[in-house]
Amino acid sequence: MLKSHLIAQLLKLLAAGLLLISFAMLSRRRTQRLITLYAWQGAILFLSTCLVAWDAGLTELWYSAALTLILKVVAMPWILHRLIQRLGAQWDNEPLVNIPITMLAGLVLVIFAFGLAQPITMMATTITRHTIGIALAVILLSFLMMITRRRAITQVIGFLAMENGLFFAATSATYGMPMVIELGIALDLLVAVFILGIFFFQIREQFDSLDLHHLESLRED
Amino acid sequence: MKLISLVRQCAEVALAIGIAPLFAGWIAQCRAWMQNRSAPPLIQPYRMLHKLFHKDAALATDASPLFRATPYVLFGTMVLAAAIVPSIATDLPFARAADAIALIGLFATARVFTALAAMDIGTAFGTMGARREMMIGFLAEPALLMVLFNAFLLFGSTALPSLVDGYAAHRSGIDPSVIFAAVAFVMVLLAENARIPIDNPATHLELTMIHEAMLLEYSARHLALVEWASSLKLFNYACIGFALFLPWGIAIHGADGTGALLVAVAALIGKLVVAGAMLALIESVSAKLRLFRAPEYLATAFLLAVLGLLVHLLLGANTIA
Repeated sequence: MLKSHLIAQLLKLLAAGLLLISFAMLSRRRTQRLITLYAWQGAILFLSTCLVAWDAGLTELWYSAALTLILKVVAMPWILHRLIQRLGAQWDNEPLVNIPITMLAGLVLVIFAFGLAQPITMMATTITRHTIGIALAVILLSFLMMITRRRAITQVIGFLAMENGLFFAATSATYGMPMVIELGIALDLLVAVFILGIFFFQIREQFDSLDLHHLESLRED
Repeated sequence: MKLISLVRQCAEVALAIGIAPLFAGWIAQCRAWMQNRSAPPLIQPYRMLHKLFHKDAALATDASPLFRATPYVLFGTMVLAAAIVPSIATDLPFARAADAIALIGLFATARVFTALAAMDIGTAFGTMGARREMMIGFLAEPALLMVLFNAFLLFGSTALPSLVDGYAAHRSGIDPSVIFAAVAFVMVLLAENARIPIDNPATHLELTMIHEAMLLEYSARHLALVEWASSLKLFNYACIGFALFLPWGIAIHGADGTGALLVAVAALIGKLVVAGAMLALIESVSAKLRLFRAPEYLATAFLLAVLGLLVHLLLGANTIA
């Protein structure tokens, strides 16, 4: 009883850390910092999955924690770092809306997410049910980041962060997804990053920039 | 009983006044080490104060009495603030008299006097520094208040000593909202004490100065008092941070014999050593922001503190009190 109380406390703490990192991502301008933050997010996810696995005594969750560690803390950030170095896109990416307003919007989203998660929280029985609201908020904040940024790379990082939020929601609501689905998603993510990497080079070759607003207008030539 | 708490109070204030320049010196030393420079000795701030106190003061011809009085006012408010903040013990007559909101008011008084004194001489740099300082101040204060509200919600009190006592009474782990509040507090601390993301304490370029620009006209004992007051301010902020987030070791009400006080002093020094190194690290790895980025930085601090409140209220987290 004491152990599970302690674990619930720690999980809440980790969930708060996850939310904090999401906000830090919203407020950062540099792509390099974003990738570091993404790796941190993965690390927190790894820790929280380990804790849930320990509490519930599920072997599958240990596997998925290991997968998180390898994929989201080591592999993806490394690939992204390589990618932005090759593209020379480590520096500023100007957001469409200025940052305090983005943060305010984020705050509203957090309130919305908490309100939305209230009924689900009532239904769930896991020790981590209080964190569903936070997981939902992380998903919405990543959405917001994808919307407010211009560069292709930042949007991809937003997409990956959103997957982190979904994963956290899955572990906190239902002790994770079946192993097959999880493996599938992990593979999908890896492939998506590779394909998007190729896309980055294509976009840059076409427009000499990774700014996506070039893609919005039709050119007749 | 009354007498003993008065003695304790005096000892605490004396410790604060004595240790504050040392803390500033420690931060400077850590910064020098991290930046691969040879560090000034730890007692450099004392030497500086000694030198300044032995010089003759020069005053501008059109300085008003306000300009003369300001260093004493500043030093006085910072000493009073040191008396209110429970740095080693919570059973202090002064600390019971004023709560944390009054404490912020005290810091605001000091800020207003500095700004007025800087404008008093009528030089361009003084006025510029005063305006910048007021801009930073009015953005930083709400953020600081929000951080304090976070702690108040957790323990149901606005007085710092009862927060520390309350924490000792219910040791039930860390509330998630504390993370947000702590990050916001560190951001406000850096902004309020003229540290690097907002202001560079070691700059000699007048155009980028904020705090230093206001002190350009001061010399000798006046400058010494102002410098001492600003190191006391940093010390006070650090102690507020300890009282809010790391209240371990502080001698609480009812259990504050000599042994507990000695432990408290040791704990305080240990925490200051670690905090100083952390501050130096933050300052070394971050670049100074452009002045017009400062509102963004402080808005982030404010929003983080509000987020802490939200997480606390909406997560239905464990209310400790």
